[in-house]
Amino acid sequence: MKYIDEFRDRDKAAVLLRAIEGVADEIRPEKPLQIMEVCGGHTHAIFRYGIEAMLPDAVELVHGPGCPVCVLPLGRVDDCIAIATQPGTILATFGDAMRVPGSRGSLMQAKAHGADIRMVYSPTDALEIARKNPEREVVFFGLGFETTMPSTALTVLEAERDRITNFSVFCNHITIVPTLKAILDSPDLRIDGFVGPGHVSMVIGMAPYDFIARQYRRPLVVSGFEPLDLLQSVLMVLRQIADGRAEIENQYARVVASGGNAAAQRAIDAVYEPREHFEWRGLGSIDESGVRFRDAYASFDAERRFAVPGVRVTDPAACQCGAVLKGTLKPHQCKVFGTSCTPEMPMGALMVSSEGACAAYYRYATKAT
Amino acid sequence: MKTVTLSHGGGGKAMKDLIGAVFVSAFDNPLLATLDDQARVPIGVLAQHGDRLAFTTDSFVVDPLEFPGGDIGKLAVCGTINDLAVGGAVPLYLSCAAIIEEGLPFDMLGRMARSMAAAARGAGVQIVTGDTKVVQRGACDKLFLTTTGIGVIRADVMLGTQYVRPGDAVLVNGVLGDHGAAILAARGDLALDAPIDSDCAALHGLVETLLAAAPNTRFMRDATRGGVATVLNEIALAARCGIELNETAVPLREAVKGFCEILGLDPLYLANEGRLVAVVPPDEVQRALAAMRQHPLGTGACRIGQIVERRPGQVVMHTVLGGQRIVDMLVGDQLPRIC
Repeated sequence: MKYIDEFRDRDKAAVLLRAIEGVADEIRPEKPLQIMEVCGGHTHAIFRYGIEAMLPDAVELVHGPGCPVCVLPLGRVDDCIAIATQPGTILATFGDAMRVPGSRGSLMQAKAHGADIRMVYSPTDALEIARKNPEREVVFFGLGFETTMPSTALTVLEAERDRITNFSVFCNHITIVPTLKAILDSPDLRIDGFVGPGHVSMVIGMAPYDFIARQYRRPLVVSGFEPLDLLQSVLMVLRQIADGRAEIENQYARVVASGGNAAAQRAIDAVYEPREHFEWRGLGSIDESGVRFRDAYASFDAERRFAVPGVRVTDPAACQCGAVLKGTLKPHQCKVFGTSCTPEMPMGALMVSSEGACAAYYRYATKAT
Repeated sequence: MKTVTLSHGGGGKAMKDLIGAVFVSAFDNPLLATLDDQARVPIGVLAQHGDRLAFTTDSFVVDPLEFPGGDIGKLAVCGTINDLAVGGAVPLYLSCAAIIEEGLPFDMLGRMARSMAAAARGAGVQIVTGDTKVVQRGACDKLFLTTTGIGVIRADVMLGTQYVRPGDAVLVNGVLGDHGAAILAARGDLALDAPIDSDCAALHGLVETLLAAAPNTRFMRDATRGGVATVLNEIALAARCGIELNETAVPLREAVKGFCEILGLDPLYLANEGRLVAVVPPDEVQRALAAMRQHPLGTGACRIGQIVERRPGQVVMHTVLGGQRIVDMLVGDQLPRIC
């Protein structure tokens, strides 16, 4: 495929790997350097292409909190199911949210019990369902970082323009920057540098990361999603470490403009405002890490339209997703990994999604030896 | 528009008329035409073909009923033929049980029956017995078909995972994932137009060609639900050996590749309805490939990997980049990814 295969070239990968080994030799770290890829799409690509095992021992990848499905807390899934099971309601959701466990089951199970839950690929598909079913309440399960935030916002603006009154959004959009800050503030932090999210940055631009370099003295390289992108980004992070620099760099310049996407930012600003705090599975409550609809769009807010339990359900005590998300534990070092937490019966959400580090490790670590 | 109603399932005249007008006229063969409670097949006819009976059944519930490259009728015939064929059997007779949701247009039912008949004729098998039920709206989705097949295996054909050995090659007969992608696109939920036809086809002719060229073929399975990845995991587990795949050798249509890129799907798990996986000993690989490529359903035949001793029970992919990853069984369905 044009513009895809070029970024999966084995010979070029070998060149980058040699360069990575060279810089790692130059640095000679006492403990392996930990580089966190923030984005779930990156985690997916790393496992899909087997990149982790190709890196030298001196470089360790930590799979960060950037899978929006993984970090969804139990209570929010419960709320979503409560909405989906109200009579006359159609819930439209991205596919990979279907299997995320709440405290009493997943959307998949709610569907099996009769809830009308439909998989869509875009919020506009959900709006289309609302147009076709004017007598039903159609709720879109709004999920994701700044990547998907603008499309939800534009859909709400379209619904307002077209006066579609049977459409609303259960808003679980979250924002990455406060979460990176929370990770950087955690006392057991060991991360030496970041591979920054490509699609989020396409929307928000590069400036929001400045504090990571300035305050925390850590390099961050915004990366694309193809294997050569990732290898080049790892190389750029290592180069900074070797040079004693901490800067925000852009490897994904073919997509990410330094100012981001102004139209998308306007749509976000028009529709959402920050929540005081939002709960993340594994990481707990993080200030200003989620958004909700502004009052002007209250009628599209499923939380205000439906009675949701809104109960905060704590993560299972044995679950160590948080430590894995922060890179202080490898997935297979978690107490419940592979025993009471497996892809068939996930306890923590990192075991659920194909972007979740634990699900990927489960396949590899339990059998590869 | 004439539609099927519950009275067509009542056992009376309406049902008799429907069976006659739709199924008997389309399937048109003397074994069926007597409309007895069973088809009676002389054992002598079967014995001419080999020494073992192969017997299989499969149900078809595909939505939509018609899709690019096929329909539920063609699928119901080819699917069961393929289950016989990959065991090395010559398929001979099929049954057809239809569960019809009231309200299904007669035209549609007639088209599906004629499609079954055409597929059966093309494959040289007869549909010799059947059953028809009509259920209330909502009790099934438009039309469900179940076909049961009987075939006969030649005395010298021995296939099974117990014959699989390290060093054997893993072959497929063409590009993968067409059926799964065609169905997903045809459902329209994803608002993606993809120029992809289902690969739905009866494979017994190709199997015969393959077995003639590579008589020591170890094992075959058609890669339907769960795709090639699932079949390979089944082989690795049953044969207690490892399987190594080469990502660069996995044949994919450009349109399917793009479709999977956009949706975040892995084509190795997409269903096929005209593709088989064959495990062939190393000294017969070239002949097997050459013979398959001469057959219209095997022009894209290629070797995608090999059986190995290490990591028994596991399928490992050597990625295009030079890395490795495990290709595991799916827990459930593949779900499109959010980003």
